[in-house]
Amino acid sequence: MEQVAIADEVHEHHEPTSFISRYIWSQDHKVIAIQYASTAIAVGLVALVLSGMMRLQLGFPHAFDFISPSAYYQFVTMHGMIMVIYLLTALLLGGFGNYLIPLMIGARDMVFPYLNMLSYWFYLASVLVLMASFFVPGGSTGAGWTLYPPQAILPGTPGADWGIILMLVSLGIFIVAFTMGGLNYVTTVLQARTKGMTLMRMPLTVWGIFVATILGLLAFPALFVSALMMLLDHTLGTSFFMPALLSQGELSDHEGGSPILFQHLFWFFGHPEVYIVALPAFGIVSDLISTHARKNIFGYRMMVWAILAIGVLSFIVWAHHMYVSGMHPYFGFFFAVTTLIIAVPTAIKVYNWVLTLWRGNIHLTVPMLFAIGFIFTFVNGGLTGLFLGNVVVDLPLSDTYFVVGHFHMVMGVSPVLVLFGAIYHWFPKITGRMYSETLGKWHFWLTFLGTYAIYLPMHYLGILGIPRRYYANLSTDFIPESAQDMNVGITIAALFVAVVQLLFLINLLWSLRHGKKADPNPWGATTLEWQTPDTPPRHGNWGHHLPVVYRWAYDYSVPGAERDFIPQTVPGSEGHDSDTGETKA
Amino acid sequence: MNIIVLFMVSVMAIFVWWMLLQRITAKPWLEQGVAFDPRVAGGNGYSPYVAGKLALWVFMVVISSLFMLFITAYHMRMELNDWRHLHLPGSLWFNTALLVVASIALQTARQGLERGNAGRVRAGYLAGGLFAMAFIAAQLWTWQQLVAAGHPVASNPAASFFYLLTGLHGVHLLGGLLVWGWGAARLLSGASLARLRLTIESCTVYWHYLLLLWLGLFALLQHG
Repeated sequence: MEQVAIADEVHEHHEPTSFISRYIWSQDHKVIAIQYASTAIAVGLVALVLSGMMRLQLGFPHAFDFISPSAYYQFVTMHGMIMVIYLLTALLLGGFGNYLIPLMIGARDMVFPYLNMLSYWFYLASVLVLMASFFVPGGSTGAGWTLYPPQAILPGTPGADWGIILMLVSLGIFIVAFTMGGLNYVTTVLQARTKGMTLMRMPLTVWGIFVATILGLLAFPALFVSALMMLLDHTLGTSFFMPALLSQGELSDHEGGSPILFQHLFWFFGHPEVYIVALPAFGIVSDLISTHARKNIFGYRMMVWAILAIGVLSFIVWAHHMYVSGMHPYFGFFFAVTTLIIAVPTAIKVYNWVLTLWRGNIHLTVPMLFAIGFIFTFVNGGLTGLFLGNVVVDLPLSDTYFVVGHFHMVMGVSPVLVLFGAIYHWFPKITGRMYSETLGKWHFWLTFLGTYAIYLPMHYLGILGIPRRYYANLSTDFIPESAQDMNVGITIAALFVAVVQLLFLINLLWSLRHGKKADPNPWGATTLEWQTPDTPPRHGNWGHHLPVVYRWAYDYSVPGAERDFIPQTVPGSEGHDSDTGETKA
Repeated sequence: MNIIVLFMVSVMAIFVWWMLLQRITAKPWLEQGVAFDPRVAGGNGYSPYVAGKLALWVFMVVISSLFMLFITAYHMRMELNDWRHLHLPGSLWFNTALLVVASIALQTARQGLERGNAGRVRAGYLAGGLFAMAFIAAQLWTWQQLVAAGHPVASNPAASFFYLLTGLHGVHLLGGLLVWGWGAARLLSGASLARLRLTIESCTVYWHYLLLLWLGLFALLQHG
């Protein structure tokens, strides 16, 4: 087998010089990462505004003329889909995956830079198609973010003409983009690691992104299949999912299709998707906690195995989203059991984070605050997940605000806290500037407490039996008036938290130009990305020679060490094993 | 959903087994120095050739996942009572033969590559692509036959699945033909065989894969 020795090949002279090749049609993983991240944040802000409008309607029903029932459902649908797919997935994998994988494993770039560039442009196209659906006749789809047939494509549902078509096409393009990016991430992690970087020396961030990418590559096809078949049902009149039915007094052209089939396919993607978002977040939070507590991660091997176990198990829990679809009791029992089993590796990870903090030298920096905030929120959301994972408890709670509260704690707020923490952690490396710590801490506390003011009361509303998805609850007898007071409170908190995010944007944008110059390694971190010759890293990342890795990523507070950490690039010290390059059995 | 669950569990089992071979039981905190790297026994060379091959294999697993999901959906939909058996036109056997020839032609090219026989590489490679194109044209012609026989796409779920599966298979072959076309242009403009090795070998593997996939789909559609 031919081996081309390009390990130390210097790419410096290929560095693009014109503005366009450097910043627009760039094949540099760092630029692509920033393109991915900025697009994702921009579209995420749109979704944030949509959620504000939903809350306005729920807190003050009928006070705003422009929020019709149709508009409300369109806001719900677009908010959900944008946040889950176009913000979280794109930002964690396209953004952080692209930026961190090559830097953390000591590569000069992704293995296929051109494909990487295409991945971003396809992603951008999918976002533009999705945004276009706001402006077509009938507006965007209002089918709910799960797009269940038959109602998703029947007249009467908002956006049933064009909105749903654009949504499905946009998802298709997104999946193509993700596949191109995903092939790159997997191949890069497996093939382009620098000398000495074994799999078990990779930081947990890379592990999380790596396994999440594999999940994505295998699970996104399920969304593709369901989107494509629904598109054909809608445009060509096939009956994959569409049953024979009366629609607005007329017999539809369809016959015999199975809406449940769609639900299976959708959730076969949908549940792994939870972990496609969660695993990178788990990885990042492990590294943040270890670095800012100056302590090696507790149970590194167990953390890796837990990531793998969660990855495998995530494919056999999907039907717990469908308990209310009328399934066989044994079927429900099976999925309740697998759901509770997947809580075990997840709980191992939580214990290990807490044990990493235990007797650590905790620095309450901004990234650390967000990481600790994540642990709280994730435990909260995880515990309500145990409720909902059981069939008998899920049935009465399924259609209530309890689910909204649970879901937003575990999949909304938790990963977003990690994203903020990660941005604050790597901002000095990405931009070469520091931000205002004070503003960052304000941002944390107001966001953290604010989100609890939003989502904790929702659990209570859910136990009261208040249905989710309703446009207004005013005339329902069993709902006490006080519930509406709570809704007003939630709305005020939600708007407050939304406005607080301006602090974050202002802090970052201001610091880009006026922040003080950052130290190359301000947190005293061991991983490779902090050991680059330039900050921010230049094209090719490593100057003339690739780094060589001599140790794992978590040598913090090493007794007798000069500083309280030893970077991965420092050769072995006395009293330890040799650095002969031999394996220890 | 049994089919896809079995498929995913097997993929995951292979993945975890492979991970175990990569020493995921190592205790990295005890090891210092440049560790043994199981990727390459004799050094730490990064090879674009190996990376390209790996990416192709991962991609084929992704495509398999996609088609397994369709097959799962096919089986679940088949059990509902409006399903009518679709009589497949006999021309599909001819189409299959075209794809087999395409695969054999590329295999010849690959053998020519190993023996350094440039003429054989060129002939085999070009024939492989042309026969693949002929296959796609023949599939489209079969579509027309079916429509003429009164089985348009929305007539029955069996027919809908037929167009959907053959269509998607064709789209994947078209994607392969894009890469093939790039290679063919370079081959005709006289690029050295060594530089085209990855392209030729990848096309061969991908063609074989798509042939196997087609045989599987053909069997499935026959029995539907």
